[in-house]
Amino acid sequence: MKARTLYDKIWDDHVVHQAEDGTCLLYIDRHLVHEVTSPQAFEGLRMTGRKVRAPEKTIAVPDHNVPTTLDRANAATMTEDSRIQVEALDKNAKDFGVHYYPVSDVRQGIVHIVGPEQGWTLPGMTVVCGDSHTATHGAFGALAHGIGTSEVEHVLATQTLIQRKAKNFKVEITGSLRPGVTAKDITLSVIGKTGTAGGTGYVIEYCGQAIRELSMEGRMTVCNMAIEGGARAGLIAPDEKTFAYCMGRPHAPKGAAWEAALTYWKTLFSDEGAQFDKVVTLKGEDIAPVVTWGTSPEDVLPITGTVPAASDFKGGKVEAAQRSLDYMGLTPGMKLTDIKIDTVFIGSCTNGRIEDLRAAAAILKGKKIKDGMRAMVVPGSGLVRAQAEEEGLAQIFIDAGFEWRLAGCSMCLAMNPDQLAPQERCAATSNRNFEGRQGRGGRTHLLSPAMAAAAAVTGHLTDIREMMEESV
Amino acid sequence: MTPFDKLTGVAAPMPLVNIDTDMIIPKQFLKTIKRSGLGANLFDEMRFTQDGAEIPDFVLNQPAYRKAEIIVAGDNFGCGSSREHAPWALLDFGIRSVISTSFADIFYNNCFKNGILPIVMPENVVKVLMEDARRGANARITVDLEAQTVTTSDGQSFPFEVDAHRKHCLMNGLDDIGLTMEKAAAIDSYESKAATQRPWV
Repeated sequence: MKARTLYDKIWDDHVVHQAEDGTCLLYIDRHLVHEVTSPQAFEGLRMTGRKVRAPEKTIAVPDHNVPTTLDRANAATMTEDSRIQVEALDKNAKDFGVHYYPVSDVRQGIVHIVGPEQGWTLPGMTVVCGDSHTATHGAFGALAHGIGTSEVEHVLATQTLIQRKAKNFKVEITGSLRPGVTAKDITLSVIGKTGTAGGTGYVIEYCGQAIRELSMEGRMTVCNMAIEGGARAGLIAPDEKTFAYCMGRPHAPKGAAWEAALTYWKTLFSDEGAQFDKVVTLKGEDIAPVVTWGTSPEDVLPITGTVPAASDFKGGKVEAAQRSLDYMGLTPGMKLTDIKIDTVFIGSCTNGRIEDLRAAAAILKGKKIKDGMRAMVVPGSGLVRAQAEEEGLAQIFIDAGFEWRLAGCSMCLAMNPDQLAPQERCAATSNRNFEGRQGRGGRTHLLSPAMAAAAAVTGHLTDIREMMEESV
Repeated sequence: MTPFDKLTGVAAPMPLVNIDTDMIIPKQFLKTIKRSGLGANLFDEMRFTQDGAEIPDFVLNQPAYRKAEIIVAGDNFGCGSSREHAPWALLDFGIRSVISTSFADIFYNNCFKNGILPIVMPENVVKVLMEDARRGANARITVDLEAQTVTTSDGQSFPFEVDAHRKHCLMNGLDDIGLTMEKAAAIDSYESKAATQRPWV
């Protein structure tokens, strides 16, 4: 048999039908649903008298719009249109009989954190959601990607998607990471190298020693941002860490079913000699703690760098870089560590898990945030929040001067009231630094949780390694 | 879905690279539970000031381009989120085709579900079309899906590639779901096979 990549194997196991022109009907094992991209899809089902084909494989949770303030049980904290969207999801979940974690449920949280946490996401599955950060679930060796609302309706009605196969892209991170360097730095550095369109038309498989050495949570951070590199999906072959993470989760198989699953999961890796259409290799030891300076996730530099000039770029990027510099209010040549920060946001499906909070709390312990700094931690789920409270992390954040919030997408995309004011500058652990992303005129620098915590203390972008030396 | 066959219209030049979905339709407009009405907020933060006044320099505010039906764009158009509100907003404004050197995958796919034709052209061709678009309302570009060509106002014609299945659906305004439901037997048989092979799913 021909050597196959991990992507080839998962794809092959999900083809329902292949047309002569190569267009495939692909079976979907898990469909995650949130309130923003689903109302029109459910409405479409109603209008055509269609049902949800596999409600037992469909999981809904409100996350984008929900307030994260402690008074959110009071519906008045939501704007009218947000409330209508969340209520529509409440109703649709009930009418169509899909699994549902309402705002009042402790398991509620960001859909990409809830899926793995509850054991819905398992190796070898196909997972889709009307959200581009569905790529997160690729960390389990699941083929996971974002879809539009028309496709949400298609999956609800048929449990399939019409797809053409993407190409295979191998991203290898050799060796080990140096101290202070995290999964976030890996994923941003890859985008810095390949550009935001580098992965267009591909599914990325991340591999190499540095990836193997990451925890499952770190792997989720890496795969989460595959989409920022243009790839709809990122994958990491499952291993013992993956199996250990899945074991015992509420919706993971048990007993004999677990053993059968494990046998299958162990076949999920790229065969020796499998063909990749594109390969990029980075040395783990060359990756530094990084931040973004511009308004595209590809605008990545090591924290030791300086703000570039538009003339450092070529082609269409010259105009884009100038626009970014103007928008971000930065002067070429200034040191990145001289950039002053007004606000720190720790959270999102990229970095809102327990290990992210531990990393930030480790920096903040016994320290205070800079005077005048606005800082918030938004745990990725109610369960992450509860665990952080149990471990004493919440108290560290509160003592340092952070707001300790309830779970949701929050300031990553600022659909709820958590927004930046014009020109307000934010160090964010989220995934996009687009113009206006965190609020009209708001300025976003993407970085790791530890780097965000460091910036909260010093008031400017900070090389985490200096702070680590201090605390030794 | 409105079928797409041939379109002759004003093309607006937007040479900026990486025009993302947050630019196309900012998140505050995603709170709707409908598909219509988003055209008023297409490119909202580039098109209007915070108090709602038009920014005169923005291309779609210029008299020549107010009724544009085509956009000629810089590389990697539509990058970012999966929000189908982006093609809904374009369509509601009246845009039926976007031409660029590349598109983000999810956005590209979403266009076809909504009667919008995204066209990938090589850099040198996009350059010619961009120049043509800069000539304003008198320069009308023709997009012919059946012939798979784009023709400038002075008659230069360029071929483009499009997936046969997508072309068929777009030309006939076909509903994907209806087509897939005709394959219900294949889905049934896949499900029973998968239930034996991977029962834990």
